[in-house]
Amino acid sequence: MAALLKVDNLTKHFGGILALDHLSFEVQEGEIYSIIGPNGAGKTTLFNCISGLYRPDKGSILFSGQELIGLKPHKIAELGIARTFQNIELFSHMTTMDNLLLGRHIHLRSGVWHSLLLPWRKSLTAREEVAHRARIEQIIDFLELQSARDQFVKSLPYGRQKLVELGRALALEPKLLLLDEPSAGMNTEERQDLFFWLQDIKEDLGITIVMIEHNMQMVMDVSDRILAIDFGKKLAEGLPEEVANHPDVIKAYLGEDEHESAAVARQ
Amino acid sequence: MFGQLVINGMAVGSLYALVALAMVIIYKASEVPNFAQGEMAMVSTYFAYMLLISDRVPWQLALLGTLVFAFVLGMVLEFLFVRRAKEPTVLDLIIVTLGMQLVLHGLAGWKWGPDQKDFPLPISDTEVVQVGGVVISYLNLTTMITALVLMGLLYAFFQYTKIGVAMKATQQNWMAARINGIRTNHILGITWGISSVIGALAGVLFAPTSTLDPHLMWDPLIKGFAAAVMGGMNSLVGAALGGYLLGFLENLFGLYISLEFKSIVAFLAIVLVLWFRPSGLFSKHYERRV
Repeated sequence: MAALLKVDNLTKHFGGILALDHLSFEVQEGEIYSIIGPNGAGKTTLFNCISGLYRPDKGSILFSGQELIGLKPHKIAELGIARTFQNIELFSHMTTMDNLLLGRHIHLRSGVWHSLLLPWRKSLTAREEVAHRARIEQIIDFLELQSARDQFVKSLPYGRQKLVELGRALALEPKLLLLDEPSAGMNTEERQDLFFWLQDIKEDLGITIVMIEHNMQMVMDVSDRILAIDFGKKLAEGLPEEVANHPDVIKAYLGEDEHESAAVARQ
Repeated sequence: MFGQLVINGMAVGSLYALVALAMVIIYKASEVPNFAQGEMAMVSTYFAYMLLISDRVPWQLALLGTLVFAFVLGMVLEFLFVRRAKEPTVLDLIIVTLGMQLVLHGLAGWKWGPDQKDFPLPISDTEVVQVGGVVISYLNLTTMITALVLMGLLYAFFQYTKIGVAMKATQQNWMAARINGIRTNHILGITWGISSVIGALAGVLFAPTSTLDPHLMWDPLIKGFAAAVMGGMNSLVGAALGGYLLGFLENLFGLYISLEFKSIVAFLAIVLVLWFRPSGLFSKHYERRV
């Protein structure tokens, strides 16, 4: 199987702080790959490097063999990488529908010429628009967002907003989906739904998922493989059970003090 | 009498509305009140002046050329000066626009001189049409129609075109726009271009009623800014309504209170609106982007 995403020796400084420290890993096509680690471990920095918002100091990020470093975010989106954010980044004064339509931006033709200067070709634009809306309706049905369709997203509850953001990412029809804490702020029921949706996204839509997630239950249930990082460095990588039982991972989560962690383990 | 007042108010209000729209479009995208807006329009108006007096192109073509010039001017200024600012604060950006204003003002004085010129737009300011008991000059009629058509076009642009929707998205969430494949840099450039075109229209329609010199747009800019503040800096509809309202209030004040002190209406309006309804008369409360 070919690696869809190959991160090699990725390094990123912020002043004196080393956010990513020669990090290397590969994500295979069709898997759900979770990244875990304590707060400040560099997980979101990694996502920002992949989606082009940050420029790393060193290393390389290959997506289907193409170097991403140096590309602008919009270019990376056009290659088929979509993402969500930890703190929800939506177009909050637009409806759910309009947010999802914006997710299809890269698939739209330049509407200025078609709808303003060439009004006689309006039928063509209209047909295109119908096709795009049909795709969006599928996503809305899939994520059960029907009741939110025409509401302004800022008026939706937090969990629904997270879904709209996921929907917008799907609207881009990505090959790779980066999810930054998709279950944060969700209740148990919403989390349950999300679990099934992620499975469907992977199996039915064939989209590879890289996910940052703090809820260990979720991570253990849904992931094919897990990467644990701390201080921007790889701690462990492998199948969920392997990583969860890795001594370095336990140490990173429970603290450096041997006695303390032993005490925690006894309880 | 009152009908005439409304029409006069609408005519001058159309100009204010155009300037206010130009300002608000940039404010929404770059989060800065663009103090160079007036000088950008003034320079474009001089460009129109040169084409009009050259007699080599028909005036319709001259105006079209001016709009193209204004679009390029806006894009170039954004690219050369605004985009250079690295992670700017609002104050930084204000200083940049003030700088641009000084540069453009200086250039205009150097290139065209400080003397007052007549702006030879072949739409008469003195010939009038009469509708009912109300008279309106051809120029004022043109101004009003231009403003309305432009508002319609802007609405369609933001509602139905890919670039317009992308522009709206960029204004609402810059980062989300970028990761959804929108080239936000281009969008900002185009925003400045469009704003500059609207300003140029205001300049060209205003110049025949005034005289053309480098101070041409000072008064309309202040009025337009007042209109934008009244309408709420974040609302295009508010900016347009604010323009009309200010034009109307000014004329009302001029008729019943004092003609000489007509100009203070704009300042009074800014103060009162900021005092009682700082988010603007027509804007839904719009929280600040952080």
